[in-house]
Formats: sequence, C-alpha cells, structure tokens
Amino acid sequence: MKVRLKVWRQKNAESPGGFETYDTPDLNSNMSFLEMLDVVNEDLAGRGQEPIAFDHDCREGICGTCSLVINGKPHGPHRKVATCQTYMRSFKDGETIVVEPFRAKPFPLIRDLVVDRKSFDRIIQSGGFISVRTGSAPDANSTPVPKIHSDLAMDAAQCIGCGACVAACKNASAMLFVSAKVSHLGLLPQGQPERDRRVMAMVTTMDEEGFGSCTVTGSCEAVCPKAISLDFIARMNRDYGVALIKGEPRRNQASEGGA
Amino acid sequence: MATLNSNIPAGPLGQKWQKHKFNSKLINPANKRKHKIIVVGAGLAGGSASATLAELGYQVENFVFHDSPRRAHSIAAQGGINAAKNYQNDGDSVFRLFYDTIKGGDFRAREANVHRLAEVSVNIIDQCAAQGVPFAREYGGLLDNRSFGGAQVSRTFYARGQTGQQLLLGAYSALSRQIGLGAVTSRTHSEMLDLVVVDGHAKGIIVRNLKTGEITRHVGDAVVLATGGYGNVFNLSTYARGSNVTAIWRAYKRGACFANPCYTQIHPTCIPVSGDYQSKLTLMSESLRNDGRIWVPKKPGDRRSPQDIPELERDYYLERKYPSFGNLAPRDIASRAAKQVCDEGRGVGETGLGVYLDFSDAIQRLGEDKIRERYGNLFDIYHEITNESAYRTPMRIYPAVHYTMGGLWVDYNLMSNLPGLFVLGEANFSDHGANRLGASALMQGLADGYFVLPATIGNYLATQKPDQRPKTDHAAFKDAEHSTQSMVDRMLSMNGKRTAASFHKELGKILWDYCGMARTATGLKKALELLPELREEFWSNLRTPGNASEMNQSLEQAGRVADFIELGELLCLDALTREESCGGHFREEHQEDGECKRDDERFAHAAAWEFTGVGKTPVRNVEPLVYDEIKMATRSYK
Ligand SMILES: Cc1cc2nc3c(=O)[nH]c(=O)nc-3n(C[C@H](O)[C@H](O)[C@H](O)COP(=O)(O)OP(=O)(O)OC[C@H]3O[C@@H](n4cnc5c(N)ncnc54)[C@H](O)[C@@H]3O)c2cc1C
Ligand code: SF4
Ligand code: FES
Repeated sequence: MKVRLKVWRQKNAESPGGFETYDTPDLNSNMSFLEMLDVVNEDLAGRGQEPIAFDHDCREGICGTCSLVINGKPHGPHRKVATCQTYMRSFKDGETIVVEPFRAKPFPLIRDLVVDRKSFDRIIQSGGFISVRTGSAPDANSTPVPKIHSDLAMDAAQCIGCGACVAACKNASAMLFVSAKVSHLGLLPQGQPERDRRVMAMVTTMDEEGFGSCTVTGSCEAVCPKAISLDFIARMNRDYGVALIKGEPRRNQASEGGA
Repeated sequence: MATLNSNIPAGPLGQKWQKHKFNSKLINPANKRKHKIIVVGAGLAGGSASATLAELGYQVENFVFHDSPRRAHSIAAQGGINAAKNYQNDGDSVFRLFYDTIKGGDFRAREANVHRLAEVSVNIIDQCAAQGVPFAREYGGLLDNRSFGGAQVSRTFYARGQTGQQLLLGAYSALSRQIGLGAVTSRTHSEMLDLVVVDGHAKGIIVRNLKTGEITRHVGDAVVLATGGYGNVFNLSTYARGSNVTAIWRAYKRGACFANPCYTQIHPTCIPVSGDYQSKLTLMSESLRNDGRIWVPKKPGDRRSPQDIPELERDYYLERKYPSFGNLAPRDIASRAAKQVCDEGRGVGETGLGVYLDFSDAIQRLGEDKIRERYGNLFDIYHEITNESAYRTPMRIYPAVHYTMGGLWVDYNLMSNLPGLFVLGEANFSDHGANRLGASALMQGLADGYFVLPATIGNYLATQKPDQRPKTDHAAFKDAEHSTQSMVDRMLSMNGKRTAASFHKELGKILWDYCGMARTATGLKKALELLPELREEFWSNLRTPGNASEMNQSLEQAGRVADFIELGELLCLDALTREESCGGHFREEHQEDGECKRDDERFAHAAAWEFTGVGKTPVRNVEPLVYDEIKMATRSYK
C-alpha cells in the first residue's frame, strides 16, 4: 500500500510552520505508523532532505513519549492505544493522512511534531509523591490495602503522561492527567497524610502552568491510551473541595524547607 | 594494565555487607552539602540514586537524554521484581535467592555482590510500597506473589503487567520531590557525550542539549553512570529505540574497563520478526510460560495449521528435555532450544522462525476468564501487533535480544577502576554473571540506587575536598569538549551516501548472525573482519542531514551508531576469547549433550577490557571469581 501524508513541519518554536505533502514509498500493512514514518524519513534523508522530527521511544505504548495528532485525533484512530501501537492496516491504500503535533500552550513546540511536555513534570514536582525517605519504610505487609482500593489505584497509576488528554481538550485542560496521580496516591493508605496538600499543590501548579479548566466534555477519556476514567476527575474535585474547606494552603513544598 | 581491586570485605558472606556499611566512611552533614554528584540516567538505578543521595544532603545534578526522567527504558519492564520476603512461606530465604541468582548466572558473578543484592531485596519492597507503588494484592490486603523466570518459589512482586512502570514512577516521584525541593537539578534533553578525567579521577561530563545543540561542561566530585544496557547494538531488540551505549562507551574510551561484553541475554518469548521495516521486537512476558505450553511439530516442514496437528505429532520440547523445569527453563536454555528446533526445520509461521506458545490446555483447565484476568493485556498486545487471537490459536514466539549482563567493571563499592566513576544498574557488570534470571534487573537497579551507592559513595568522597574540585576551564574539560565538537562536526560534514540507520541495520545483522544465540570461532573471526570494514565505511560514507545547532535526531542517531559499531568489535572479541560456554554465551565448540560446557579451570573470571585506541587490540584484564561459601556446580535444569 501507499499513502499520502500531510505533515506539519516547523523548524523551531520561533519560525512559522506549515503542512508539507509526501507520497510514501510502498508500505506493508503490518507496519506500525511509526515504522511508516521511519521509511519516509529514510527516503527523505536519502534524497538529502531533512527527516521529519517526531518523538518515540519504547514503541509499545508504555513510555508516553510518542504523540502525534493523526487525522485530527491524538494517538490516531483507535481507542485505548498510543500512536506507536497504531498499524497501517487501519488506513486505506491511497488515503491522505494528516499528521500534526499535540497543540497546547503549555506544550511549546520544539520542532516539527515534537513538543515540550515539561509542564507535566513540574506538576508532579509540586506534590505528586508520598514523602518517604529511603530506608525509613515499615515492612510492606504491615499496611494491608483492600484489593479493590489497590486495583483502582492501579487503574489510575497506569497513566503514561503522554499529554493526549490535553491535546484533545478544547480548553487544554490537564485534569485527567492530574486526577490520575491524585487518585492513585489518594486511594492508598500510604497517601493519606499528604492527601489535602497534594491536591492543592498540584491543582495550583496546573493552573499556573496555563492549563485550562475542565468543562467535562470527555474528549480526554476518549483519546487516552490507558483509558483513564473521567471518574477520577470527579474524585479529584471532591478531594479539592475537602482540602479547601479544611483551609489547606495553596503551596506545598516551600513550607517544608529541606529534604 | 588497569588495577582491578574488587574491594570485597573480609568475613563470612552473610556479614560482609553489614560490616562494610559499618566500616564505610561517613560524611558529616555540613560537608555533604558541599559535595556535588553528577548522575547520568533516571531509570530505576539513576532515579533511585539521585533521590536518595539528595535526601542524604548531597547536591545532585541529574542528566537524561529523554524529555522527562519518567521515560527511562525501565518503564517497559513487565513481569516483576524479586525479593526474598518469603511471604508465601514456601521455603524462600535470602540464601536461596542468592543461590538461585548465582546459579542462574552460571557461576560467573561475584559472590559477595549477589549476596548483598539478595539481602537488600527485602528493603526494596518496603520502600516501594511506602511510596505508593500499587503492587498486586490478595483479598486480605497483603501483597501477592508469583513464580517467575525459572524460580521454584513464588518471590516475584508485580503490578499487573506493568511492574517496571510502577517502580519507575515510584522512583520518579521520589526524584521529583527532591527536584521540587531544589536538592536535585534536573537536566532533561541532555545527552552525555564524554567523561572528563582529571589526574586519573572522573570529575565531570560533556553534554549536548538535544533541543538547542549547545555543548556544555559539568563538574562534580563524583560521576555516576546509570545509563542502562547496550542490547540495541543488535539493532532489533526488546529495548526502547533510544537505549544506547554512548555514555559507558565514551567512559571506556577514557579508561574505564568494560567487563564481559559478550554476556548478552536473548529472551525466549518475543513476537517474531515480520518484515524488513521492523524497528523493534516486542516482549511477551515470561509469566506466560507459567500457563502456556511451548511446542513445534515433530515433522520438519509441517505447514498444517496448529489445530490440525494432532497431539501425538507435537513436540513439547522443553517438557521433554527438562522434565523438572519444563516450560519454565531459564531464558538462555529456552532460547537455544527454540533456535535448535527452528534450525531443524520445525519452526512455524511464515518465516519458519517461530515456535508455538499454546494456551488451549490452560483455557480448558481454568476457563477463558481466568486466562483473560491473568494475561489479558498481553493477549491484547499480541493481537494488536499480529492481528491474531491467542485465545483461539497458539501464539507464535521467537527469541530476541533483551538484556546485557556485561557493562563497565565495578568493585564492591560500585566504583569503576577510574576513581570517582560509579556505575549502577544494567550499565555495570556486577550481579548477573553470564545470564540474568527474570525479575532480577529491577531488583538490582533499585538495590544499587536506593541502598548500595548511598552507603558506599562516602568512601570515595571522604578522600576528596570539594573546595579543590577542578574548574571547567581545566585543560581536561576543554579537550573533552573539543573532541565531542569535532565528532559532531565530522558526522555532519561527511556528506556520504548512507544513513546511520542503514549502518545500524547492517551491524545488527552481523552480530545476530555471528554473535547471537550460538557462536563459533569461525563465525566470530568473520565478524571481526566485517566490523572494521563497516566502521571504516561509516566514517567515510555517512550522510547526516541537518545541522548542529538545533534538534537533530539524525545526528543523535549517528553518534550512537558510531559507538555501537566499535562496541560490536569488542563484543565479538570477548566472545572469541572466552573459549567456553556459559549462560547466554554459547560457543558451539564447547557443549555437552547440547548444554553449556563451562571451563572453570581457564575461565572462572570476569574479563575487563581496557581501551588502547580505535582499531587496536584492547588489553584483557582479569578478575578471578572466588567462591567461598558455595561450590561451582554444573547447572542442570533437567
Ligand atoms: C521489555 C522489557 C521488559 C523487562 N522486564 C523486566 C522484568 O519484568 N523484571 C526485571 O527485573 N527486569 C526486566 N527488564 C530489564 C530491566 O527493565 C532493565 O534492565 C532495567 O530497567 C534497567 O534500568 P536502568 O536504570 O539500569 O537503565 P534504564 O532504565 O535504561 O535508564 C537509562 C537512563 O539513562 C539515561 N541515559 C542513557 N544514556 C545517556 C546519555 N548518554 N546521556 C544522558 N542520559 C542517558 C536515559 O535517559 C535513562 O534515564 C525488562 C527489559 C525489557 C526490555
Ligand atoms: S491521562 Fe491518559 S491521555 Fe492523559 S497523560 Fe495520562 S495516559 Fe496520556
Ligand atoms: S513510544 Fe512509548 S508510548 Fe509510544
């Protein structure tokens, strides 16, 4: 099979970008979408042109590095998979496929299809953890956790931090990502002592980073490669409300002063 | 010749670590603040080390080439992590985990290190559970275990099929906390391209910013490399595409010894290659072997579909050859057995390079729901990639490159022969001998980072004065920056005809053909003729588009492939010199009934290679392996 690609090319954040059209060489329908881009890039490089920059690493849906909006959908046509798990058999021979970067203000573009998602790291740094010094932990079985809680925590913890939820949202909201971490830790007994300050700190940082607010459209859940559920957003809103009522300050770490 | 002093503490095996910790130098808190430690890598090893060192009060600067510390390749580990908790009361103990690991490594690992690993394994689970790692649990709320990777006890802790992800996110959260507190400076998109050695001590690194192309110098009182394994030297592997050897290779070229490069692990259960365009191979977790049965047709060339092959005409070859371990035989053995039946023409699938992993008995015994609960996500992955349902038809699997036991040589303190250079996780050579057992790499990475290095690094730092740290205008820094810059310039200016990717493919094929699951002197000599030619062609015919002062993924790839080609030569040389078979290193000349035949007289040692120049024969240093508490035995899984 062959397809025609319309790909967003942009040298860097400062210069203007635009679509370029490429007709691919002959493809095998068992190729992954990224392998198709590899083939196109080899072809471009062979002709002395600059290959298309795109992000990827594990190529098995777990590292959260790959991105891409394919025909208008973050992570492509299928639900519950990442771009790297998308195969050419999902497209028709001769089809035109539009490929764009994840677009959102808090994800500045680096080059072509590569964006910078460091704002996610900063949200985690502000409170997405349980403060436990190495070596200070009690025996793991001294704190039983009901299986239903740990299973639900695991459902939330599966988030791969890809940012598709933000790219899909018309408000560029990061609520699904943040709520996944807040819920994962908040569901476990180990996460209780910092539960209020965690949610306050993470939501505050999320706002400061310029992510928009949530209007419960659900487009995030629809594109999420790990099917993180909207229920976690409701859960986070509850936690946030409770923390507000309790008068938890909006900053976490500064008060702690040192390791 | 380099001096290799393993610094194994004296005393009985079970007391060495405790005694060593007690005898190790402590740094007082006021001085800790003055010491700066450079950590490269934020996988399980680098992430846990950076967080813990910062908790202790050191200044830490962490570098990763990824866009975030959370993306390290550790994230992809599926099956689980071992620990000698004996929560199942099935006869496990620190000694048993130690012994299984030593035996699994075919008696080619250092006894004292492995015992320490087994000792601290129990603390790892406590630490991770306290961080909120959502390990699998039983209905009573306690932790669940499974048996994994050829172990006869259930000591593996897991979080669905995503154990590595959850452990890494635990380490990443501890690291993030320290970054938020300002105790760790995190540098992402930052690739280390050289090690700076001042008066024989590792004192800094040269880094290229992958977003801007800027090359910078960084100084520290010690340098820690936790940069992962080098399996992508084979091009196709189960590793993430970005995993590479550059950091440890360039340290090797600055004087650190590279130990046992030929100990590479080929994992038996991966999805077979389907075409020339293939960019990576996907692992199907070994846990599948707990319920799946491996077979091929008895008759060579039998092309019938699996359902049409009657029971009597099937060869469950692992169950036949290894009755006591059956389908759970260790990785090296299971991989070789698969190769053997395919070489006999009994392989399945279009290419004939595959064997069946069949769940029909398990589905009949336990029901489809139970199998779905246990392996649903793996069956989904398999379906996604092959478009086939493993509930209906057996999976097809084939071995693929998965892990590297070799790496930079380190002593008991995890310090290389270059003082001040520490190496952790898959990047070092220390704990897995010639073959790694399942669920033990995660254990080693976290042991090194959370518990070992933080206790041992003081022994070195106590000898260093932070106020006498060299400045980045020292000649050694200038020289290293200059050589990095010239390599970049050269790769961009050659304007040849071939891309780095095409060289990588060719390299991978040479290594897989001549230095893969079965190796011979003739084949290795052939590879050692081909590889220098490939290196020369690379440096005369490479084409790298783009320029140096911006994000340039072709340039990144070219640098990594250049190092892989040189490593390939060392790997084959090591394999040729080790005239025995052990673990993952199988020399056809040295076998008994198709099994590995070790030569303990001549080869009970680690080979630590010392660089003498590109294209020149390196020096082979030797660290003898001494077993005080256990006897070297012939590994048998029959
Ligand atoms: C598919 C798969 C499944 C696995 N499953 C299991 C399992 O179930 N159980 C088990 O025990 N083991 C498993 N393993 C093995 C295990 O995952 C790895 O050995 C282990 O995670 C390696 O951890 P690490 O910290 O040493 O390195 P990595 O996680 O590879 O981290 C390397 C780090 O170094 C950085 N880096 C590398 N080079 C540079 C450079 N030049 N400059 C800057 N930064 C650099 C990277 O950015 C990254 O942060 C599996 C491996 C694979 C491939
Ligand atoms: S919630 Fe889903 S879409 Fe959003 S970052 Fe996590 S995995 Fe990606
Ligand atoms: S490349 Fe890792 S999730 Fe897609």
